[in-house]
Amino acid sequence: MNYSPREIMVLAAARQIKNKDIVLCGTGLSMLAAVAAKHIYAPESTIFFESGAIDSGLAELPLAVADSRVMYKAANFCSLVETFSFMQNKKTGTNIVGIIGAAQIDPYGNLNSTMIGSYDHTKVRFAGSGGACDLSCFVGSNIIFMEVTKQKFVKKLSYLTSPGWIQDDTSRDQSKIAAKGPSIVVTDMGIMGFDKKSKKMFLKEYYPGINPEDIQKKVGFDIDISRAVPLSEPKNGELKILREKTDPEKLILD
Amino acid sequence: MNTGKNKVISLSQAIGRYVTKNCHISIGGFTISRNPMAAVHEIIRQKIKNLHIYAHSNGQGLDELIGAGCISKAEIAYAGNGRFAPTCICFKRHSIENKIMVEDYTNFQMALRFMAGAMGVPFLPTYSSLGTDIIKKWGFNPNLRKKDTKLASQKAIIMENPFARTDPGEKVVLVPAINPDVTIIHAQTADATGTTRMDGLTFCDVDQAKAARHTIVTCEKIAAPGELSQSPQNNQLPSFCVDAVVHLPFGAYPTACYGQYDYDVQFFNWYKKIAADQSKFDSFIKEYIMSTDHSQFIEKACGPGISQILADPETGYSNRTKKK
Repeated sequence: MNYSPREIMVLAAARQIKNKDIVLCGTGLSMLAAVAAKHIYAPESTIFFESGAIDSGLAELPLAVADSRVMYKAANFCSLVETFSFMQNKKTGTNIVGIIGAAQIDPYGNLNSTMIGSYDHTKVRFAGSGGACDLSCFVGSNIIFMEVTKQKFVKKLSYLTSPGWIQDDTSRDQSKIAAKGPSIVVTDMGIMGFDKKSKKMFLKEYYPGINPEDIQKKVGFDIDISRAVPLSEPKNGELKILREKTDPEKLILD
Repeated sequence: MNTGKNKVISLSQAIGRYVTKNCHISIGGFTISRNPMAAVHEIIRQKIKNLHIYAHSNGQGLDELIGAGCISKAEIAYAGNGRFAPTCICFKRHSIENKIMVEDYTNFQMALRFMAGAMGVPFLPTYSSLGTDIIKKWGFNPNLRKKDTKLASQKAIIMENPFARTDPGEKVVLVPAINPDVTIIHAQTADATGTTRMDGLTFCDVDQAKAARHTIVTCEKIAAPGELSQSPQNNQLPSFCVDAVVHLPFGAYPTACYGQYDYDVQFFNWYKKIAADQSKFDSFIKEYIMSTDHSQFIEKACGPGISQILADPETGYSNRTKKK
């Protein structure tokens, strides 16, 4: 069965989800990953949205986190203060897995969702943190989810919206951020991890047909590709469920 | 506080009375859901300018107010319209052209700031944003904050947890309370006294309403006296938090109102093109808003398409898949 870069990317993120996980996702590809995980790898996982819906029925694909489609057949409705408190509260927060994207990422997994330029002379403006910074400061595990381009993978961010490992293995401690930094970056070409000591991004796995050197060419900083191993192709069964159950209208996958 | 028993007034009266030039406002809803759009349009119609807006993740309401030149300062966490505009289009242009000043917070921080306002305390603590530019970079500089006494004296303050025993040096971020001059929300139902019921997610609307000096509730339906008391567990706002009630069917259009109607996909796809060009946006404002009232706007912007967006009573939205 043929598959697209988006499909393998969604499945790669979905495989990270375990049954005990409470998955916080946005809309678009990150939601497909959460839904695919529930159908394929972790049927007992719970999906929730920062807008306040917990364990939504998701009979149709929502186009925003506040879409009425997240409200249908949800188990609970919460206020914004409540949803973010679940992340900040260590008892629940440690079981939460976030899947987040951003406009830019640096070698330490710090994210920019705010702007490019200087803060008083904005050149490019993005939507802002939303809940991304909150999530990055609070939850037990964080999957960063973005496509590899030179504009997105940059040496230095104009604005640090959401903390990754900041600049080394001690900086989250120094900033007094209790939760761990991001675990992996799932992209359309492969999966990056963060080095145990330096906390710098390295290429962990690459998808079939992808040359690790091509990933280096598309990343705007030096990335260690020496440890990378190939990932196997997605199975036909996985692709079938992904297509038929998560996005049957082909709103996102096509 | 309006303690009257009949708070039902017209939209133009409500906006004219409570939203004045230079005032600080907040609007309810989230991206493409339950924004008080009819009220937003009336603010534009009455040409009320130099407003300061507080929002967590407002999309369409924020964007139209900015595009129409009503906003000078915004304290927000997020300005996007989901799949229709990952970054709100007028917001993006006006930020780059320095036509608005923006102060960035996180969603949780904005929610806590409204909650602090609702609780009557000056700030609330969180761990969010330690080590980030949200703390370090200020949109409103210290001088401006000193001069403008309606602004918080500082954007945020990091302090050590004063109760710490086991981890001395543990830090928290204090975010300042928000007490808007006026909050406007759109609900499914309210009664004449102001008791308000929202169906579906309530986002931050409840705290936003409680934190404000004046609150306007626009609603799809006015309930008969006593009707809402039959299931008080479903009511979020008591009458004494509400100053004006405005009966406005489709008052959230083009954003969604759970259980009533969906967002209008056609409108949003059209708006994307209009908003990208200020002269086109200006003509949209002139033609669709300045020369209409609310029901004429709905007729002009949606017309017979309204039947397409009506919610299925079971799901609360307009089912795409059933239509195919």
